[in-house]
Amino acid sequence: MTPSPVLEARELTKRFGEVTAVDSLSFEVLRGEIFGILGANGAGKTTTIQLLLGLTTPTSGEARVLGMDIRTERRRILQRVNFSSAYTALPANLTVRQNLRVFARLYGDRRAEEKIASLLALLEVSETADRVTGGLSSGQQTRVNLCKAFLNDPEVLFLDEPTASLDPDIAEKVRNVLRGIQRERRVTILYTSHNMGEIERMCDRVIFLAKGRIVVEGTPGEIVARAKGGSLEEVFVRIARGGELP
Amino acid sequence: MWLRVSALLLRYLYLYRRSPARVMGVVFWPVMDLLVWGFLTSYLKTVAVPGLFLYLIGAVIFWDVFYSSQQAITLSITEEIWSRNILNLFVAPIRVSELLLATCLVGILRAVASALVLASLAYPLYAFNLLSVGFALIPFLFALLLFGWAMGMFTMALILRFGQAAEALIWGIPFLIQPLSAVFYPVTVLPAWLRLVSRLLPSTHVFEGMRSALATGSVDAGTLLAAIGLNVLYLAAAAAFFGWMLVRVREKGYLSRLGME
Repeated sequence: MTPSPVLEARELTKRFGEVTAVDSLSFEVLRGEIFGILGANGAGKTTTIQLLLGLTTPTSGEARVLGMDIRTERRRILQRVNFSSAYTALPANLTVRQNLRVFARLYGDRRAEEKIASLLALLEVSETADRVTGGLSSGQQTRVNLCKAFLNDPEVLFLDEPTASLDPDIAEKVRNVLRGIQRERRVTILYTSHNMGEIERMCDRVIFLAKGRIVVEGTPGEIVARAKGGSLEEVFVRIARGGELP
Repeated sequence: MWLRVSALLLRYLYLYRRSPARVMGVVFWPVMDLLVWGFLTSYLKTVAVPGLFLYLIGAVIFWDVFYSSQQAITLSITEEIWSRNILNLFVAPIRVSELLLATCLVGILRAVASALVLASLAYPLYAFNLLSVGFALIPFLFALLLFGWAMGMFTMALILRFGQAAEALIWGIPFLIQPLSAVFYPVTVLPAWLRLVSRLLPSTHVFEGMRSALATGSVDAGTLLAAIGLNVLYLAAAAAFFGWMLVRVREKGYLSRLGME
């Protein structure tokens, strides 16, 4: 029996006036997969994530998460998923513990102190617990954001460039944590990054977007093989410049 | 539901606890208003109608209830934009009604805190005892709180739609409403055509009612009912406008722009 997809886009389209940001996008992501969405700036990655999270309504097509339609079951879906982005932040003038306490409550957890402590330890930022979030380094802030993303034990995690502001050492640690949690809990992760080395190490499958359409899909290894050698980064550059793969 | 509302409430209370600038917003500006208007009216008392003194001090305290209520709602959402936290909130499983309820509760806390500070300062400084005026004024204060919520929701909807470009409205809308609401003078001072506009605002009936209550010690039920009735209409319209604007914002993809501004 074929397992049912955890994330599903069917002919998903989003137009902003004359601009088509996402164009008839269809893909499926299975439970426990790490699925990469790649593409140059403006290719439609962020809009795709917004559509899957219900932040933006599609012009046509359908987005389903955990078997439910995001348009009609948004709150039930959001209870079971989470999101972290290098471009969002937690309120700067609250301490890390206060921020995480607020978000734990938003996800229905009244007594999250132990969970908060264990997540901070897992991401090696325990010493920041009582510091003001705005006073942390960008690497610490990114890891605290990830703590927020794990507060509700999500079944699906949307990660928009999660390691963008991290040094290579911390980035590697974060990837190991993500991999560990993904294996242990079979979390499905939708991942975007401009670091192709990271994508090759992290993702089970990827799609490349250009002008809102899928131009290549497969495992990183398959895509590199189709490109007849080179690296995923070279494939990225070729697609970003309007080229195609054989 | 209450756990999520309490989470948002906790978030805003943490903010006030950690931010002297926000506490100043609750205390400093209203106190400055009270001092300026209070000393001016102390002077006017010696040269003009003595009853005017009571009206003006009352008006300063009443106006602040509306202002605090509107500000608390709009600043709550603007804080989320400034701190780039708005997307984190909108991907959490909260209802829009829960967000609005939490910000309205912050509005009550801020208005009550501010009114208490002003009332306790007005007594030693100007011998103005808000309590001596009696409980007749409480329904009017409540009506102003409701109008602050309505205007707060309306402003918040515009901020979600237009982002930082609309932030001037947070402070601009109260000052647009103030001259039309006959806060410091009777509505009869306004030109006839403007009086019609003025009477469409709940705040006008509140300030007319306040002056009447201060003069007679009893509530003019007509002005109170007009204020409450108009508030119901304004609140329903503001909630509908907010809901409609949120649909538009989702269609246009403005939420992520707000999150990254």
